[in-house]
Amino acid sequence: MKVLAAMSGGVDSAVAAARAVEAGHDVVGVHLALSRMPGTLRTGSRGCCTIEDSRDAWRACDILGIPYYVWDFSERFKEDVVDDFIAEYAAGRTPNPCMRCNERIKFAALLEKALALGFDAVCTGHYAKVIENADGSRELHRAADWAKDQSYVLGVLTHEQLKHSMFPLAETPSKAEVRAEAERRGLSVANKPDSHDICFIPDGDTRGWLEERIELTEGDIVDVDGETIGTHPGANAFTVGQRKGLKLGRPAPDGKPRFVLEIRPKENTVVVGPERMLAVDQLRGIKVSWAGLPIPAVETGEEFDCMAQVRAHGDPVDARAQVEYDDDGRQSLVVRLVEPMRGVAPGQTVVIYQGTRVLGQATLDSARSLERPDLAVAR
Amino acid sequence: MYLDHAATTPLSAPALAALTTELSRSGNPSSLHGSGRRARRVVEDARETLARAAGAHPSEVIFTSGGTEADNLAVKGLYWARRAADPRRMRILCSAIEHPAVQDTVEWLERHEGAQVTWLSVTAEGIVRLDALEQELDDSADEIALITVMWANNEVGALQPMSSITAAAAAHGIPVHSDAVQAFGSVPVSFAESGLATMAVSGHKIGGPVGVGALLVGRAVKLTPVQHGGGQERDIRSGTLDTAGIAAFAAAADDVVTNLPEESVRIASLRDRLIAGVEREIPEAVLRGPRTERLPGNAHFTFPGCEGDSLLFLLDVAGVESSTGSACTAGVPRPSHVLLAMGLSETEARGAQRFSLGHTSTTQDVDALVAAVPEAYERARKAGMSGHASSIRTAGTGFN
Repeated sequence: MKVLAAMSGGVDSAVAAARAVEAGHDVVGVHLALSRMPGTLRTGSRGCCTIEDSRDAWRACDILGIPYYVWDFSERFKEDVVDDFIAEYAAGRTPNPCMRCNERIKFAALLEKALALGFDAVCTGHYAKVIENADGSRELHRAADWAKDQSYVLGVLTHEQLKHSMFPLAETPSKAEVRAEAERRGLSVANKPDSHDICFIPDGDTRGWLEERIELTEGDIVDVDGETIGTHPGANAFTVGQRKGLKLGRPAPDGKPRFVLEIRPKENTVVVGPERMLAVDQLRGIKVSWAGLPIPAVETGEEFDCMAQVRAHGDPVDARAQVEYDDDGRQSLVVRLVEPMRGVAPGQTVVIYQGTRVLGQATLDSARSLERPDLAVAR
Repeated sequence: MYLDHAATTPLSAPALAALTTELSRSGNPSSLHGSGRRARRVVEDARETLARAAGAHPSEVIFTSGGTEADNLAVKGLYWARRAADPRRMRILCSAIEHPAVQDTVEWLERHEGAQVTWLSVTAEGIVRLDALEQELDDSADEIALITVMWANNEVGALQPMSSITAAAAAHGIPVHSDAVQAFGSVPVSFAESGLATMAVSGHKIGGPVGVGALLVGRAVKLTPVQHGGGQERDIRSGTLDTAGIAAFAAAADDVVTNLPEESVRIASLRDRLIAGVEREIPEAVLRGPRTERLPGNAHFTFPGCEGDSLLFLLDVAGVESSTGSACTAGVPRPSHVLLAMGLSETEARGAQRFSLGHTSTTQDVDALVAAVPEAYERARKAGMSGHASSIRTAGTGFN
């Protein structure tokens, strides 16, 4: 196969490309330029997309003996990922920019260009597994190493996208193994630190970064009964589940700490209350997609067993899910949790699994709390 | 098929011979003993050879590490020396299509040394507008420290009206620098007849080694040094001389200039074959730069609806090595400032591809390109422009 290896400059994508080469594919390395003004050098483990990262990717390609190119996706990245991230926060929601990047840049803009140029697949250093069934259909599964598993951020890929995706690190037992393999292959990035944060927020201060880009207006902090108990600098600066930074002078009547339960952007209000009220037992998601061919229950609308995960490294919880259809045939996903979940915010993605298999995902629109029957209709 | 001679061209046989001979010997040309004298002899022979090839006096040759250093020395050196002589001289007139070696140097002077830069506009073919230059000279000659215009543009190959520029400047006593890195060895270049104060040339563009070049500096021209040290090269450029590199550079210059009359005709006819072939296969392709007043080895096109790096990739796969023409670091490839100065839109400029011919080029090279272009063009068009919306159906997450 002709394979385009997306090379971030990190150790995972370098080893993934090396394995693709070793498997006999015709591999070309491409570094995605995602910023118009890349920094020169990395500082610590934060961020990515610096000129140094590009050089590291280049060096890895040279060692592997494959061609290397830099392709400019900065415009698309800004519109589809960065601007979207800001707009979602401004609307009081909590988006996942890595998922957006996978959905719209790596496995859309990049993949499309790759296919047009004659490639068959895009290869990345993600820890996840694509299985090809006898009928040629594809399934997405968790990686062997659950600690590194990245199937959550790939849950947004459609069957069409999975058909052209290659994740050579799928079966790797651990990251240490990948580093050792990089060392063995003479890849100089073997000991390069992992990047942890959102790549376009280089110092890792998401809140500070957002505050420079979102207009904040002072408003009320209210309790669950609607009583005003303080003021905030701007509702958009808060996230559901947040405890610090509320600056409420007086303690709660029960003496326990208060948490952000809800953000109401239209009223510019932050609702706070006790931790137990964060618990939700039902999630409702829109913009549903299926990572592969949908299971039969999707069409019939029957309830099915699954596990639900709402964060990249959150624990999956047992659930029963059901697909509902509106008058236009649009799907929404209702997920009834066996055990309640805490700190769920609108805009987050719920990915549902059966065993190791990723079934699909939806964007959280609302949640239901037994403690607070009003929550589901609050939005 | 190597069609990127403007980036670098293979060593010529005389250069390789001179290089290997001198690399096996030792001696610092500044030393006074036997080995030093021998090395000195080689350097001074080379200086005379290069001077002859460039139409200059040997004392006007300042050896450098390459074209970039020569441009830095000329632009900074002239600016500082002229300003020191008269503090009103803070202005630099610079063509809008300079190589980064000049452009970035001028911008550095603007940021750090108070220089005021006027970018001289160019025609749609990439030729500096003389009326714009003359207007500036008439308005504020006393404030102008220097003028800098390249002899031939490295991207679109446009030859610049050097004699008209130096004549206009001479009327006001203003020095002119020219980056002749692409012109020297390709078209007849005479420093003495040019009227230039300084002129930059480079070894590896003419079949010499990488890492050696020269600045030709008129005898009456004052330059403030950029690199300080032992006072070599008329005290203008300190640093131990690279005897082997200099000998090879001079050998390449002698070879290329001796053969220039026939070779430039041969290469120009290859270029015309290339241009005709591409225009025949891809009628939408637009030749950039002038049709006649261009470097014999340069053919530059923009291909509508294509991303230059897609074309480069596809041609590379097909075994044809070309360039998008503009320098790009490891960062984001940007549309060429040269094409933008010629009035192209960013979208048009992104479809650029430069094919450059040199001493090893043959009709086979040209024909291979012409044969590979249609499929590359078709595929690159399908791949489209990187900014456009993707047609792959995605999950469509989010609320917007």
